[in-house]
Amino acid sequence: MNKNASRFLAGPYIIWMIGFTVIPLIMIILYCLTDGDGAFTLANVAAIATPEHRKALFLSLGLSLVSTLICLVMAYPLALILRKRNVGQGSFIVFIFILPMWMNFLLRTMAWQTLLEKNGVINGILSALHLPNLAIINTPWAIILGMVYNFLPFMVLPIYNVLIKIDDDVINAAQDLGASTAQTITKILIPLSLPGIISGINMVFVPALTTFVISNLLGGSKILLIGNVIEQEFTKGSNWHLGSGLSLVLMFFILVSMALMAKYDKEGEGTAF
Amino acid sequence: MEHPLIDLVNISKTFDNTMVLDDLCLSVKENTFVTLLGPSGCGKTTPLRIIGGFEKPDTGKVIFDGQDITNLPPNKRQLNTVFQKYALFTHMTIAENIAFGLKIKNKPKAYIDDKIKYALKLVNLDGFENRSVASLSGGQQQRIAIARAIVNEPRVLLLDEPLGALDLKLRQDMQYELIRLKNELGITFIYVTHDQEEALTMSDTIVVMNQGYIQQMGSPEQIYNEPENAFVADFIGESNIVPGTMIRDELVEIFGARFACVDKGFGVNRPVDVVIRPEDIDLVEPEKGTLTGVCTHLIFKGVHYEMEVTTPDGFEWLVHSTDMCPVGKQVGIHVDPFDIQIMNKPESEDEEAVGVNE
Ligand SMILES: Nc1ncnc2c1ncn2[C@@H]1O[C@H](COP(=O)(O)OP(=O)(O)OP(=O)(O)O)[C@@H](O)[C@H]1O
Ligand SMILES: [Mg+2]
Repeated sequence: MNKNASRFLAGPYIIWMIGFTVIPLIMIILYCLTDGDGAFTLANVAAIATPEHRKALFLSLGLSLVSTLICLVMAYPLALILRKRNVGQGSFIVFIFILPMWMNFLLRTMAWQTLLEKNGVINGILSALHLPNLAIINTPWAIILGMVYNFLPFMVLPIYNVLIKIDDDVINAAQDLGASTAQTITKILIPLSLPGIISGINMVFVPALTTFVISNLLGGSKILLIGNVIEQEFTKGSNWHLGSGLSLVLMFFILVSMALMAKYDKEGEGTAF
Repeated sequence: MEHPLIDLVNISKTFDNTMVLDDLCLSVKENTFVTLLGPSGCGKTTPLRIIGGFEKPDTGKVIFDGQDITNLPPNKRQLNTVFQKYALFTHMTIAENIAFGLKIKNKPKAYIDDKIKYALKLVNLDGFENRSVASLSGGQQQRIAIARAIVNEPRVLLLDEPLGALDLKLRQDMQYELIRLKNELGITFIYVTHDQEEALTMSDTIVVMNQGYIQQMGSPEQIYNEPENAFVADFIGESNIVPGTMIRDELVEIFGARFACVDKGFGVNRPVDVVIRPEDIDLVEPEKGTLTGVCTHLIFKGVHYEMEVTTPDGFEWLVHSTDMCPVGKQVGIHVDPFDIQIMNKPESEDEEAVGVNE
């Protein structure tokens, strides 16, 4: 009876998952393993090895890694400060950090485009002050800036959430036993907040790796990330088979990243919200 | 006179506009077991945290071995703390926890290994080196917290209700272990508890606190037998606190009856408070008693009977005795002179608030 009831309640979710996750996934795999005539082939996966695809993949990996690293370096001290201030989840500072997340992702990125443009807002101000202009639009730097700006909160929140669960007395105990502030951070706080760090890295790295909007808007048409390549195969190129093949390669990197996360975050402590 | 190891000089501390400590002065001699005792929220942890360096006093000084350490950070102080909730490092093994302080001080590995062994033996947990924190019971974690502190050979060990979370039996065992440790190591202990029995069992000196003020300081015997005010009398053990009049030295009148006592110097016909412990009341034949009353309540408590005797004025005397007196029986109350403790009445409303109400 009870079992039947829970099965009945789970029904809609199972249908949802089958309809919107499992079937699309199967279709991608099918597209990936066939060519235009429906014959079996591995060429779509192997296509990642062509110089232009390889370049896009490495550029994506590189930019996402750099962005993730910048996010981590910025987020950790910030999370420490938030923890020390003992601000609750609902406080103003945390609110300020979550606020941009409520704004449309596309709008946020387009705003940066307007700011960074050759004749954009920032350069307008710089010119008025007779300072040299900023020329980072349509360079990888603009993409990194966009990634860091968009994904920073996803790094801050999981780390902050783990840090606030650490009892003050654990930190006091470390200092009591002679640890300096730096030693307390490296020997106590960082190890204890590792689940949050791992979770944050994943939550920044995965969307950064797959993005095509940020590179489209801030990188111009010259810089192709693997996300752009896949997008173009599905839209302009109309080669769904190649797009699926490259998607699966990308998915492999995501799965590796998620597996690492599962390994270090067994208790599920690092979840963001 | 030997100078004190720790001296708190006129310490005041305010949190959110509430005065938690008001001009607190406290001296602790080397090699003593000092207990801060008081009800929850009375400001026991705060002086401990000030000594440990986790809190700065608004005014006043902390003197350690003749040096002003008020502004010294915790990691530079020659003392260690055992926290109420153990505060072990959950990402480390037991051995790593104990070694933490020694590694920070760059002690050689052989020395550290020796110390870990020695400390684990001391707290009766030999062989626990490679266990994880999570696999230990509360009592074991507590002992590891103590081991982690004492390997650093602190001159003073601060303990904040370290046995609070343990069950009665384990608590008693740990009390004996702590006394043993103190005697073996010769460290000065400053101990915080709200459990008066624990304080009486373990301490050389008890500091009874209420609302940020020291109510009385003395040996357990002094605190128990000669409470200086109604708060101390009430907080330490059970007691009958009755209003009386000091007729003259060594004679006090309670509810119209005159009792011989041993206290002097309260003046003539002065209103006072009288403390009589329940176990010091002898129930006798009505005609032999100084006061008479009727037994109105009887409970068997194991070691003794607990009775209530109501005297004609309506006061219910709490009596502990191994002899039973049935409910409804007329009895006489007799108290030996040295079992009567006279206290000054609080002089002002203010003092009364500090004294009796928690
Ligand atoms: N960091 C703080 N911020 C604000 N108020 C505080 C702080 N620390 C203590 N207090 C207040 O100071 C008073 C005394 O606190 P303290 O911790 O010294 O009491 P305690 O005697 O140790 O109590 P307990 O037995 O419950 O541990 C309490 O009313 C408490 O609310
Ligand atoms: Mg406390």
